Amino acid sequence: MILENKKNYWKKNLKYLAILLSIWFLVSFVFGILLVDELNTIRLGGFKLGFWFAQQGAIYVFVMLILIYIRLMNKLDKEFGFDE
Amino acid sequence: MSIQVWTWILVGITFTIYIGIAIWSRAGSTKEFYVAGGGVSPLANGLATAADWMSAASFISMAGIISFNGYDGSVYLMGWTGGYVLLALLLAPYLRKFGKFTVPDFIGDRYYSNTARSVAVFCALLISFTYVAGQMRGVGLVFSRFLEVDINTGVIIGMIIVLFYAVLGGMKGITYTQVAQYCVLIFAFMVPAIFISIQMTGNPIPQLGFGGMDENGIYLLDKLDGLHKELGFSEYTSGSKSTLDVFLITAALMVGTAGLPHVIVRFFTVKKVADARKSAGWALFLIAILYTTAPAIAVFSRTNLIETVSNKAYSELPAWFSNWEKTGLITFDDKNKDGKVQYVADTKKNELTVDKDIMVLANPEIAGLPNWVIALVAAGGLAAALSTAAGLLLVISASVSHDLIKKMINPKISEKGELIAARLAAVVAVCVAGYFGINPPDFVAATVALAFGLAAASFFPAIVLGIFSKRMNKEGAISGMVIGILLMLFYMMRFKFGWFGGGTKEDWWFGISPEGFGTIAMCANFMVSIIISKFTPKPPIEVQEIVENIRIPSEAGAATH
Repeated sequence: MILENKKNYWKKNLKYLAILLSIWFLVSFVFGILLVDELNTIRLGGFKLGFWFAQQGAIYVFVMLILIYIRLMNKLDKEFGFDE
Repeated sequence: MSIQVWTWILVGITFTIYIGIAIWSRAGSTKEFYVAGGGVSPLANGLATAADWMSAASFISMAGIISFNGYDGSVYLMGWTGGYVLLALLLAPYLRKFGKFTVPDFIGDRYYSNTARSVAVFCALLISFTYVAGQMRGVGLVFSRFLEVDINTGVIIGMIIVLFYAVLGGMKGITYTQVAQYCVLIFAFMVPAIFISIQMTGNPIPQLGFGGMDENGIYLLDKLDGLHKELGFSEYTSGSKSTLDVFLITAALMVGTAGLPHVIVRFFTVKKVADARKSAGWALFLIAILYTTAPAIAVFSRTNLIETVSNKAYSELPAWFSNWEKTGLITFDDKNKDGKVQYVADTKKNELTVDKDIMVLANPEIAGLPNWVIALVAAGGLAAALSTAAGLLLVISASVSHDLIKKMINPKISEKGELIAARLAAVVAVCVAGYFGINPPDFVAATVALAFGLAAASFFPAIVLGIFSKRMNKEGAISGMVIGILLMLFYMMRFKFGWFGGGTKEDWWFGISPEGFGTIAMCANFMVSIIISKFTPKPPIEVQEIVENIRIPSEAGAATH
């Protein structure tokens, strides 16, 4: 029972990681680097969008990703009784 | 009051605060010395991590590098922040649960082998020493320009201060001085940025300001792109590095960040796993304040610099120009003898060279801000350099006294003996760092990149596999680390130092720069580890239980030996 519990906890944790890290990859490597020239044709006020992602947007998303991770994990810990 | 008086006052006040904290937070046990007793609050740890992480390179050099490289500078912005996502999601919580004092501790125990531990100690020392030399140089630079003391005297003053609180307080002293240093450095970074943003765009928030317009209604970035084109530089918002190289450098910096021992150990100082996650969140938030401001400063200072000097008569340039000329960091060579400054991309015609490192320091002067703001930047630069130096020195001293002496050479050493050894090791480390600060080897700048590459190629795969793969054994991890490090060292030495036949840009493998090669070395490490582990015995049952255990956050307990 406890073993099963731990396994499920770990599986859910891995699922969260996969989702969050995909977003991490998307905003930095895809938007900020691979597709930067395409996105640069779109403008966000004074910024070209690709340039903005590389120098601003990606960083904002990184901060949000960690905040979301903290919330998700705290909830998960409680759900499985692993919180303190 | 003059800049110099203001600087003495501000540096004096901040240094007094650091020393005061050091006396108040002396370490009495090894646990206090290595992990500050293990009861640091998430916010305090986040503040300390941010100061620990943001070095002279972040504070002094980064905006300057971006300023000169435009889009290409993004590798540092994304690389040095994105690494925290990896750190928070893949490393920090599990390492905290594991609950030891150092990174080699984890490697040695998880891979049940002193060979693995030794490899880890070697990497930790190599990474930390290369990094710390650059910090001491930064201290010397600030002292020599703003206080007009000899650069060597500056380094020695910096050494004494760090010695005082690192040796006396260990991690406990360092943590609370770093909290103070974060406040000093962020204030010093933001005040001029806000001033200049208002001056140039009317918007007090620099992050928005550099996307704003100047008084003529032209977007600042468009104006800068135009100026660049006019002078023959590549467009500011596009850059000139290949996409592959930008990709690999960014990845190497991210992974390297997550693998740096002085950052990882900060997460051993909090009480429980949930706190480790929380402090990673705080740390990145606090770091992001500086990192999102830096590209704005880069644009402001680049525009200001070009507009102030380009095609202006040398005799009419403002005072800051000749002040910095005295330090040799700005040089003007009137090649066509017209008495004007030609600042262009063509090296044959270009008459002005500006050291990238001075952009942040000179920026407030270029913008004509009040003297106290200029002095504040000096105090901030010192805070950034000292806080990082202290964190690195602690890793060095813990590697020697804990990992080498206590865990390998003399396990019977008493708590008191270990504490003395730790303090002595810190003293020696400060002296070595100071020596490199006074006599910088030519390759200091090159080796900072090496530090990230090494961390990426060695620690990151070994730790991640140690947590996420129960099957990973010592044979796999050790061979992976060794091959990763050797590959990285070989590539850096060949293309940075010209050993093994040397080579130029044309000889780079697939056009990958040494800075980006860390990513390749990391992949090699992962592959070698996984393949070797498939053909060698499973790790013992106790070790598999350790892995099971660190995946569950509850009952982390206190950090122990």
